[in-house]
Amino acid sequence: MAGVAKVLVIEDDASVREGLELALRRQGHEVRTGESGERGLEVLTQWRPDLVVLDLMLPGMDGFETCRRIRAVGELPIIMLTARSDDIDIVAGLEAGADDYVTKPVEPRVLDARIRAVLRRVAGERTGGGSAERHGDLVIDRAAMEVTKRGERVSLTPTELKLLLELSRTPGQVYSRQQILSAVWDHDYLGDSRLVDACVQRLRAKIEDVPARPDHVQTVRGFGYRFGRT
Amino acid sequence: MKRPPLPTWLAGLRPRLAAAFALVTILGAAAASGATYVTSRTTILGGVQNPAMDTLVERVKANMVLLATPPTQSSLDTFASALDGAVVVYGQMRSSTGTSLSQIPPELRTAVAGADSVQFQRVVDDGIPRFAFGLPLLTRTADGRTTHSGVEVYATVSLYQQQAAIDELAKSAWQTTLLALPFAIALALLAARQVLRPVRALNTAASQLGHGQLDVRLKAKGSDELAQLVTTFNNTAAELERTVGTLREMEADARRFVADVSHELRTPLAAMNAVTDVLDEDAGQLPADTAVAARLVSAETKRLTRLVQDLVEISRFDAGRAELRLEEWDLATAVTDCLAARGWRVGEGLAVDLPEGRTAIFDRRRFDIVVANLVGNALRHGAPPVEVRVRTGEDTVDGAGREVVVLTVEDHGPGIPEETLPRVFDRFTKADTSRARSEGSGLGLAIARENARLHGGDLTASNTPDGARFTFSLPRYPAAGARP
Repeated sequence: MAGVAKVLVIEDDASVREGLELALRRQGHEVRTGESGERGLEVLTQWRPDLVVLDLMLPGMDGFETCRRIRAVGELPIIMLTARSDDIDIVAGLEAGADDYVTKPVEPRVLDARIRAVLRRVAGERTGGGSAERHGDLVIDRAAMEVTKRGERVSLTPTELKLLLELSRTPGQVYSRQQILSAVWDHDYLGDSRLVDACVQRLRAKIEDVPARPDHVQTVRGFGYRFGRT
Repeated sequence: MKRPPLPTWLAGLRPRLAAAFALVTILGAAAASGATYVTSRTTILGGVQNPAMDTLVERVKANMVLLATPPTQSSLDTFASALDGAVVVYGQMRSSTGTSLSQIPPELRTAVAGADSVQFQRVVDDGIPRFAFGLPLLTRTADGRTTHSGVEVYATVSLYQQQAAIDELAKSAWQTTLLALPFAIALALLAARQVLRPVRALNTAASQLGHGQLDVRLKAKGSDELAQLVTTFNNTAAELERTVGTLREMEADARRFVADVSHELRTPLAAMNAVTDVLDEDAGQLPADTAVAARLVSAETKRLTRLVQDLVEISRFDAGRAELRLEEWDLATAVTDCLAARGWRVGEGLAVDLPEGRTAIFDRRRFDIVVANLVGNALRHGAPPVEVRVRTGEDTVDGAGREVVVLTVEDHGPGIPEETLPRVFDRFTKADTSRARSEGSGLGLAIARENARLHGGDLTASNTPDGARFTFSLPRYPAAGARP
């Protein structure tokens, strides 16, 4: 069944952990849990999940730090779970490398929809063939889902990759944040455009020579982003 | 009867104080000038009249011997010639020299006839003032009594020069008074300013206090009544600041408590909420009673979740942490998306009138909350058709001339009860008390209005002849620099 995934839930509250585990299992996912950041990272290395659902408020190593550690290990998709929908936490979580977020109390269906959207990013492009495209020092191979910069492989998360693939599909075209949200995050409705901004920052850090003066992913002030020069 | 109001330039204390002060000064100057005038006039006139009378009396006494008894015409003439211009009268006779009798007023003649001493009167002939005086000559009878001899002496002195001097004096008195006027007014204004400056400072401070600037204080100068008033004002302001501070602290504590409670509730609710679907799905296979219990727990969990989410939302407004994410959106799309996301289809008791291709700058999520709340309420509490209308453009501007977006939601239900109307945006106000437990949290409209106000707009409620109308207005381009 497409979209069924191995999901690691890192959450300190036992009831929430159990509830989420039950709900996600009922949606058809395979679930393991960790009650702390440290424990979550242990499970991560042994079990190799497809995706992590991470609570931001954790005892000991907090969610932001855990997020960074997971990012250091690999390009695993991360969905933040936060009891505080305070804007500052969301921004901090996105900067730490999260791909998406949901706020507590979360609707299981919403969480499931986000999980499936993230997984589609990983699977989505493989069907499309075609040869590798060269954009300056950057080579994007859609078939292999691989990006190289001056011959070296750039390690991108599925969300970052999907964003780059979408933007580079028609270089020079301006995409609004809402369009990008719809195309990359599958947030057809009322997505949070900070997801786009945070992801663009992370992408630039990886593919631009000077992230503050980007060559590839350029900001169109007040509207959105475009790939390459016009 | 009501007095007509004073013109505004006269109504202030300043012109009235100045006028009163000027009047007093002018009166003082006029009185001083008047007194000087009277004294000087007496002195000037006395300086002429008295010597003239004394001289005449002296000469009469010295030349009495020239007069025969009874006097003849020749002795009258002789006597008169010694009297230097005076006229001597005896019965029908008069001396051939001396003042013309026509210049002697008859009243003076009568007075002299009945008197023992010198009589005088001032007369004005052809605008020339003259001093006329006369005296009777007395004789001593055999038994030692004095009686009129019948001889009277009259003389006149011209007062022309004296009158000129007095006129000059009067003129200078008037001039002095008039000269004092500008000084008086300047002095009056200065005094008024001196008195009114602390009054004006008090007025400014009181107005600042009224506008919520509770730390305003004045410096008390001196120890007069105004200084006392300033001290009283300062004490009042200090007390007010303390009281308001305490109240604010208490309110902030209460709100923080609600926020903390809401946050604490979210974690257990997150756990419960995660499994409500499980309860709903499996309820059919449970024994009847357990199924009812399971469905009830599930439904109430969802309700509680909504309530807590709304509490958290409104706590964020209370704490001033609500953040506005302004972006430019198409208005029609924003509204239709909002309706579609809730499964509300246009046509099924729902009509929309949306402008095509009109954009505005707003926070999409917050706009969505407001529209969904208004339409949801109209569908739940009102009767169809529910009409959603959006207007914007040059003909919708606010008081400051900014272009605004006006979104109205109208239903055709019973409307809002008049007594509820003023409280409809209060927290936990429910329009229908019989429906104590409705689907909503009771915070929906309060949150909607907070969202409208965060945009610099507003949300108002009113009744139409056949239903309720909610009007959501927000500036189309919130700040000059915000337009992308």
